[in-house]
Amino acid sequence: MKQLDSLREVMRRDEVFSFVKSDKDVQPITDRGVILSLEGVSVSFDGFKAINDLNMAIDAGELRCIIGPNGAGKTTMMDIITGKTAPDEGRVRFGQTMNLLGMSEPEIAQAGIGRKFQKPTVFECLDVAENLELAIQGDKSVWATYRAKLSGEQRDYQEKVLETIGLQEAATHRAGSLSHGQKQWLEIGMLLMQRPHVLLVDEPAAGMTHQEMDNTTELLTSLAGEHTVVVVEHDMDFVRSIAERVTVLHQGHVLAEGSMDDVQQNQRVIEVYLGE
Amino acid sequence: MFRILRGDYGGQILIALVILACAIVPYLNLYVPASSPYHLSTFTVTLLGKYLTYALLALSVDLVWGYLGILSLGHGAFFALGGYAMGMYLMRQIGDRGVYGNPDLPDFMVFLNWEQLPWFWQGFDMFWFAMIMVLFVPGLLAYVFGWLAFRSRVTGVYLSIITQALTYALLLAFFRNEMGFGGNNGLTDFKDILGFNLQSDQTRIGLFIASGVALVLGYLSCRAIVVSRLGRVAVAIRDSEDRVRFIGYRVDKVKLAIFTFSAVIAGIAGALYVPQVGIINPGEFSPLNSIELVIWVAVGGRGTLYGAALGAIVVNYAKTYLTGALPEVWLFALGGLFVLVTLYLPKGIVGLMSRRQKELGAS
Repeated sequence: MKQLDSLREVMRRDEVFSFVKSDKDVQPITDRGVILSLEGVSVSFDGFKAINDLNMAIDAGELRCIIGPNGAGKTTMMDIITGKTAPDEGRVRFGQTMNLLGMSEPEIAQAGIGRKFQKPTVFECLDVAENLELAIQGDKSVWATYRAKLSGEQRDYQEKVLETIGLQEAATHRAGSLSHGQKQWLEIGMLLMQRPHVLLVDEPAAGMTHQEMDNTTELLTSLAGEHTVVVVEHDMDFVRSIAERVTVLHQGHVLAEGSMDDVQQNQRVIEVYLGE
Repeated sequence: MFRILRGDYGGQILIALVILACAIVPYLNLYVPASSPYHLSTFTVTLLGKYLTYALLALSVDLVWGYLGILSLGHGAFFALGGYAMGMYLMRQIGDRGVYGNPDLPDFMVFLNWEQLPWFWQGFDMFWFAMIMVLFVPGLLAYVFGWLAFRSRVTGVYLSIITQALTYALLLAFFRNEMGFGGNNGLTDFKDILGFNLQSDQTRIGLFIASGVALVLGYLSCRAIVVSRLGRVAVAIRDSEDRVRFIGYRVDKVKLAIFTFSAVIAGIAGALYVPQVGIINPGEFSPLNSIELVIWVAVGGRGTLYGAALGAIVVNYAKTYLTGALPEVWLFALGGLFVLVTLYLPKGIVGLMSRRQKELGAS
């Protein structure tokens, strides 16, 4: 089977041989069609299959919610897309052409996939504006970083992001002194500074008040369209309020996909969520 | 240049003091007669010069520890390598004035019955070549070491232990006579540098001023890194390395660049240290030295640069005093100091001072 697979890989007509093309410089098509696809992805840790033959395609400009019980493999899936974990098998593509496997985390981030973590991780010793500045899109090599200064346009954009995340007044505060919800927002702000094509957002509503949650809903909805937003969330109310399409993961596999109502009617989803 | 010191009062004071010392010390040594109580002996000048090179070394450690979060317990190795490069130049300057009077070979090679100069000693009779090696050898070692360590994402305690092993391995290697660096005895008995007699007061003053200049330039260059965006990336790496990767920075490259730069500075400090103390031997590679050096930075206050320089000078002054007055107490004092600082002064002397200032401001 392995040989057959590799033979098929060689015979594919939609691609040239991998050694002919340069992986690095291919610009993914990111304004239409499928922007992110996982095909037959599996990964196991010490024999436990965290992801099992996962197939998923996300369209450009979509706002997709991914739900699933604990241990369904949601965070592992994000780890695979962002290059933190290498899958045992399968393919992950960005746009139609860019192969994300074998790329490092910084390369994937530079290509235009931004990620917000489950636990808000901001740089606590730096102030809010500096946190945003570090994330800014641009050349991130050592020398360029040493020489870097904010241009006028970048400064305007930083202001805009500060406004979007509602932290203008806190711009010079240390990120460590922010509340939990504000840190979540700052991290989303850092995502925006990267101007990514795809935003992977892991549990944005965790630890937020209702007011903050509403604001987050609004923000994520407004980002979809221009960006592609993938949200992993536990909170069903939150999901219901934003989702167009929902994918349910269970034991590392897609259990159901569709609108929120469809998914909620689905017998197997009910079984998994509510028990037998 | 003034822009990078804006708001950095500690740094401004440090630089002002060093410049002041470079003006006053030569005067007190050369022009005040020896009978006057204000006369500064050449011994003291050399001692102060030594402190300045230690301060520069401490800066290099603070850059990687205080900002980048890499606790290097082997920075003494880079210092010693820079020192050896300088020592090799000084050895070659001895010429035929050695005990054996061999114009081509240093004494220890004659003693070992070597016929000719080993290849790695070639070129060290030229000052410029030796100076390039002072920068290049520690830099290369740091680069190769860092490339291997940072690419494999070795961090924390493991990295500290490897750096410690690195300096210990070099200690053992340099102890061997076959290495060709004078073995146990190291390199010593230096006569002159660039044609100036090393024993003369004027040369000592020259070396003192050179150390002061190196400290100021070293401070400014470290400060330039720290206030740049690269410096903020370094702090970000210290606090949350993973996150930095996901916003698109190559963490290994940032670490490698700063670590190598720091090693080069440590090498320069070593090169200035050797002509002042007149000897370099494998003892400089001893892990204890590298640990002591971390203590200087901890005592002064890490993550401030000027705190590290202050710590180096204060601890070494205490060392000079105590090893003279109560020699058996020194190691206990050093250990006790480290325990006390870790428990009560996590930000070192600098932290204590800024806390005082805040209390005064509040009351």
